[in-house]
Amino acid sequence: MTVADKQPLIEVKNLKEYFNINTGWFRTKPLKAVDDVSFTIEKGETLGLVGESGCGKTTVGRTLLHLYKPTGGEIFYDGKPVKTRSEIKEYRKKATMVFQDPYSSLNPRMTVSDIIGEPLDVHKLCSSKAERRDRILELMSYVGLNSEHASRYAHEFSGGQRQRIGIARSLAVNPDFIVCDEPVSALDVSIQAQVINMFDELQEKLGLTYLFIAHDLLVVRHISDRIAVMYLGKMVELAPAAEIYDNPLHPYSQSLLSAVPIPDPKIARANQRIALTGDIPSPLNAPSGCPFRTRCKYATEKCAEATPEFKEVSTGHFVACHRVDEINA
Amino acid sequence: MALLEVKNLKTSFFTDAGEVKAVNDVSFSLDRGKVLGIVGESGSGKSVTAYSIMQILAGTGKIVGGSVKLDGQELVGAGEKVMKNVRGNRISIIFQDPMTSLNPTYTIGKQLMEAILLHTDRNRKQAKERAIEMLRLVNVNEPEKRMKQYPYEFSGGMRQRVMIAMALACEPDILIADEPTTALDVTIQAQILELMGQLQKELGMAIIMITHDLGVVAQICDEVVVMYAGSICEQGTADEIFYNPCHEYTKGLMRSIPTADTAGKRLQPITGTPIDLLNMPKGCPFAPRCDNAMKICIKKCAERMVINEDHAATCWMNVKKSLDSGEIVPDSEGGDDRG
Repeated sequence: MTVADKQPLIEVKNLKEYFNINTGWFRTKPLKAVDDVSFTIEKGETLGLVGESGCGKTTVGRTLLHLYKPTGGEIFYDGKPVKTRSEIKEYRKKATMVFQDPYSSLNPRMTVSDIIGEPLDVHKLCSSKAERRDRILELMSYVGLNSEHASRYAHEFSGGQRQRIGIARSLAVNPDFIVCDEPVSALDVSIQAQVINMFDELQEKLGLTYLFIAHDLLVVRHISDRIAVMYLGKMVELAPAAEIYDNPLHPYSQSLLSAVPIPDPKIARANQRIALTGDIPSPLNAPSGCPFRTRCKYATEKCAEATPEFKEVSTGHFVACHRVDEINA
Repeated sequence: MALLEVKNLKTSFFTDAGEVKAVNDVSFSLDRGKVLGIVGESGSGKSVTAYSIMQILAGTGKIVGGSVKLDGQELVGAGEKVMKNVRGNRISIIFQDPMTSLNPTYTIGKQLMEAILLHTDRNRKQAKERAIEMLRLVNVNEPEKRMKQYPYEFSGGMRQRVMIAMALACEPDILIADEPTTALDVTIQAQILELMGQLQKELGMAIIMITHDLGVVAQICDEVVVMYAGSICEQGTADEIFYNPCHEYTKGLMRSIPTADTAGKRLQPITGTPIDLLNMPKGCPFAPRCDNAMKICIKKCAERMVINEDHAATCWMNVKKSLDSGEIVPDSEGGDDRG
């Protein structure tokens, strides 16, 4: 979905999010959940964000919406900075979120129409009760729910339908940008495809821009225009979706992509996996220099000394690796 | 003779709302050294099938019919004494969530030794040696030190390794893995699957792999059983299931997975929602969601039909296909039902 004008809708510069963790009596240590991440998202585009659990991908999504106050860095929406209280309030009418778990992100005491109507009330978007009701029914029809569902409670729905309610809620303020945080990972395979299609259809119909966070790499490849790979709070690679799958340049992306089980027995048996040893280090004791060096088979002394720069190696393909040219030569 | 022979297994849960037939007439067999995959959505009965084999069902669950034979020995109705010897010793199970299936108040070493002391006649010292040997086998570094640690000191992938070590400590004939990698990241999942495949070859055991991830199935399974709403809808070798699916549900599943070819296109999902086991339809349980459902599908469920020696499915479409091609001639009773 390439759009003619290339004014980025979202621009993130050097975003940092540190959490202070208690390590003893009156002693705290910063946990660098997101450390110096910069990227842009074009209008109408879907940026996929992948990585292992604990790499900071959800924190990027939440900080991007100012659900966490950024420790450092800047966020621009449509060229305008988002920093002060009034800017954030305006921004939240344009940028919303769909959460991972459709079982815990809906209030069990509220009916579907109240859940979907809450953002309308908060931002005072409807002047009359009739207008509010019509808007709710319109939103429900967007996500394939019937009007008779409006007075029911969340527990009466299956997982896929609950996720539809969550999506309708995020559409209520008529946003341009939605952060989708693992929106299909709690759903069964047969339902997953329905919801993914709905994201596609809504994007076409309403001209939405997505940040799609997921750990299922097959789903991300399907839905994304560009994909960013994160490791230990840092972005290690960013490229167009097809490019990153056909030609991953960072050693971490290479092993991550080779680990994806492919649903085809002949390919799966022939697939040569690039094995990663060990576990992801604790972000409290992140390695110096390149965060991936402790598990990287190409690591040299230089990787321990300096943090690699996130640089463009070919058009639109960014990699943070000292030895990117040697490895892929 | 097959190592494990499950025949017409039926398990129900008796709830206040009525009887839930979680496993309905399930039959399969497993040979030594083979990996059998059981796939299906949540609620399709794949875990309950495993729990029925082990007879570790929750309070309201009961095996109401069928047989489970291990090496020719009948297990259904065999009594607790026999089952105690089977569980952990001849058939072991790994559960889905490595975070909650270890006891947080005991050290890893103590939990590993428990199974060994219970099922073998090793003394404590030998059991400890065996436990360390098992940890080394599943690639845990510094096993002597790790033995003294508690589960919270282990990461998810490491805990799952401990679970595997525990399950394999008594050299079982069959390992049941109930979604062993669902809670793990792909890189760790790949490590665990590789480890399981390697151990399976070294120790020559059979594995029942329960999963909803067709990618995992493609990677390690020899044979596959596809379950929907408590019954088997299709079973066969992995190649047959993936390259020649003969049940509308399996076909739908295969179509709905995103692949390299679907990028930028719409997926073809299975419509509708999973079935409510309390209100099962009279005919084929998949008929309400099936795009090609015929009149007969709603009336009654198809019989198991053998496609070839490696493959069987329970779908009227196969009968229709044979009818259309003139392979079989319609009999007077069934002929006018098909529309």
